[in-house]
Amino acid sequence: MSTNPVKFYDSSIQMAHGAGGKASRRLVEGLIAPLFGLAEISGEMSGQAMTLNDAAYLPLGSAGTLAFTTDSFVVKPLRFAGGSIGDLAVNGTINDLAVSGAKPLALVSSFILEAGLSSEVLEIEVRTMAEAAKRAGVRIVGGDTKVVEHGSADGMFITTAGIGLVDTRAHLGAQNVRVGDKVIVSGPLGDHGITVLLARGDVDLETDDLRSDTRPLWHLVNALLTALEGSTEALRWMRDPTRGGAASALNELANDCGLCVALQDEKIPVRESVRGACELLGLDPLTIACEGQFIAIVAPEYAERACEVLGKEAVVMGEITQTPAKTVISKTQYGGTRVIDMLTGDPLPRIC
Amino acid sequence: MKFISEFRDSVLIQKTADEIRRLTSGTGRTFRIMEVCGGHTHAIYRFGLKDVLPKEIEMIHGPGCPVCVLPEARIDAGLELVRHEGVIMTMFGDMMRVPGKYGTPLDMKAKGADIRMVYSPMDALTIAQKNPDKHVVFFAIGFETTAPATALSLIMAKKQHLTNFSIFCNHIIIAPPLRALLDFPDLRLDGFIGPGHVSTIIGCKPYEFISAEYGKPVVVSGFEPLDLMQSIMMCVRQLIEGRCEVENQYGRAVLWDGNSRALAALEEVFDERNSFEWRGLGFIPHSGWKIRDEYAEFDAEKRFSVIETSVEINSEAACGDVLRGLKKPHDCPLFGTVCTPENPVGALMVSSEGACSAYHQYGQRLHEIEIPSNFKLQEETVV
Repeated sequence: MSTNPVKFYDSSIQMAHGAGGKASRRLVEGLIAPLFGLAEISGEMSGQAMTLNDAAYLPLGSAGTLAFTTDSFVVKPLRFAGGSIGDLAVNGTINDLAVSGAKPLALVSSFILEAGLSSEVLEIEVRTMAEAAKRAGVRIVGGDTKVVEHGSADGMFITTAGIGLVDTRAHLGAQNVRVGDKVIVSGPLGDHGITVLLARGDVDLETDDLRSDTRPLWHLVNALLTALEGSTEALRWMRDPTRGGAASALNELANDCGLCVALQDEKIPVRESVRGACELLGLDPLTIACEGQFIAIVAPEYAERACEVLGKEAVVMGEITQTPAKTVISKTQYGGTRVIDMLTGDPLPRIC
Repeated sequence: MKFISEFRDSVLIQKTADEIRRLTSGTGRTFRIMEVCGGHTHAIYRFGLKDVLPKEIEMIHGPGCPVCVLPEARIDAGLELVRHEGVIMTMFGDMMRVPGKYGTPLDMKAKGADIRMVYSPMDALTIAQKNPDKHVVFFAIGFETTAPATALSLIMAKKQHLTNFSIFCNHIIIAPPLRALLDFPDLRLDGFIGPGHVSTIIGCKPYEFISAEYGKPVVVSGFEPLDLMQSIMMCVRQLIEGRCEVENQYGRAVLWDGNSRALAALEEVFDERNSFEWRGLGFIPHSGWKIRDEYAEFDAEKRFSVIETSVEINSEAACGDVLRGLKKPHDCPLFGTVCTPENPVGALMVSSEGACSAYHQYGQRLHEIEIPSNFKLQEETVV
């Protein structure tokens, strides 16, 4: 008799289960991963304990290792400053591969369309996807379409899946992270989440300069791998802080590596307009999604070089310390300390 | 002037901290200061001000979070309205995660109830205008801070002869619970940091009884770190000099006599209740607003004949003691184990302005794990 591996006690699915925070983790770790046997699969593949990565690794022996991932997009509204659901559907999946150290090769795309959706709207998004894929040097090689009754989906939902080839220079994993490593972020946090929130028109705020940061990240990751080629271990870990924001990504890291991620408030890059909106709405920019930034943990001696490669918006915003273990903290500029917890609930539903 | 960075200037904050340290050192006493407002509690943790203050200053978290003090009976009674045919329930985001006997509004929404989050009662009014075949109820909560907006929405609704809009009124008044707190025999408090937002409406006058009758200083404060540090300094200075006055640190937003137009709107629409229940504090006389008879058609309680039933709360929960400043959140046996922001038992854990939520979010684990005193990010390697 095997015991029930499911450890998920929430009686129904709430929006928070899709927000990328604590509830999402509970759902995946408590229900989905155990029933799919992901821990055993992950162990067989890598010989390591299971951690929730952005992509699965499929070793092909001497041919290398494939990375395989999927992501669904339900953003509302479909278009917003700086991008649309089509951009997210391509870039999101590419970026999950990229931060897993894999060069994205091909995508498949599946559409769930609501009866009554304007063909023009659909055409615009398909064109957007084709262009985004072309720009990123990735081919969309297949897909599927389903149509549901009017009212059963909000216009369109898109799911993409992608494969990539793991770069031989990439040796990523939370277990590689060491005390003293630097926490580097490629650019300002929260642009995407706040842009979509404002595009929805629920809050009467306007900004002139704010756009979603959606973009493919492989070229940046590739540049970073090239720049750090001298030391295969210099780049320890990467993650794109999408749903749940940097707070969730870094809490997962802290948990997985057993160390402390210690940020410095004043170093955390946030645009004035995003900061302003967060102040008004009582949100923490660290919990707001990006769609074109990533966080990298880099050996201290390579931090400067890494920032140079990533461009002028990249900064060191913290470092890894021994204690308090499995915790993310931020040092305020006044010498105080606050704990950065994982996102609870769902402040901004359906942003991607 | 951007009104944020200026009030987060670390040099000024350090200077203020030094002055507080200079004032308190050698006095051999503890200064027990209550920040009445949940927004202040949140800011103290968010900016790590506790670590900046000398050990002689003990901050006690007050009852100034309207979500937190709303009793479960009122929550249940309000959410009961959703069961009426054709009702759209609207509320502030903070209310969406407050648990009642039917679960949280979010749970109910997930199961199909038409509950919508709004940022203002005026948004609820707009929903009513757009849905003439539905009835829109706004679940109104808050001190005099949010009450004027509710009042305005009713004045507008009346002008427009709307028949499908009503308010479930839970607006509360800030001064009576402060008096109730001061009357508790076991309360040990030296002074108050007065709430900022509510004072933009009511001004400083309503706090005068605290200094006149109870001999305690009050400093009405803004919400930025420098505001709070300066207010604490002003309060300590009063205590050391043996003064007890109402002082206004938040002069850029708060007038001594308040906002006369907002007060007029309150007067037009609301009347004091004889008594209103506060979670953790019990029934307090004249501490809530009800809708005047002239606006009775917009009063959801009259329209739907709302019935309140008494509610058993988890007897181990120490919400009341925490609200009265007798216990710290982590002294409660349920804190962080049974009661978490994810699954709140008491409302203090629900709202981000609740003392327990703020403790949990920003500080809880720091009680368990000592932060190394030499903790400092190494010198920046990147230019």
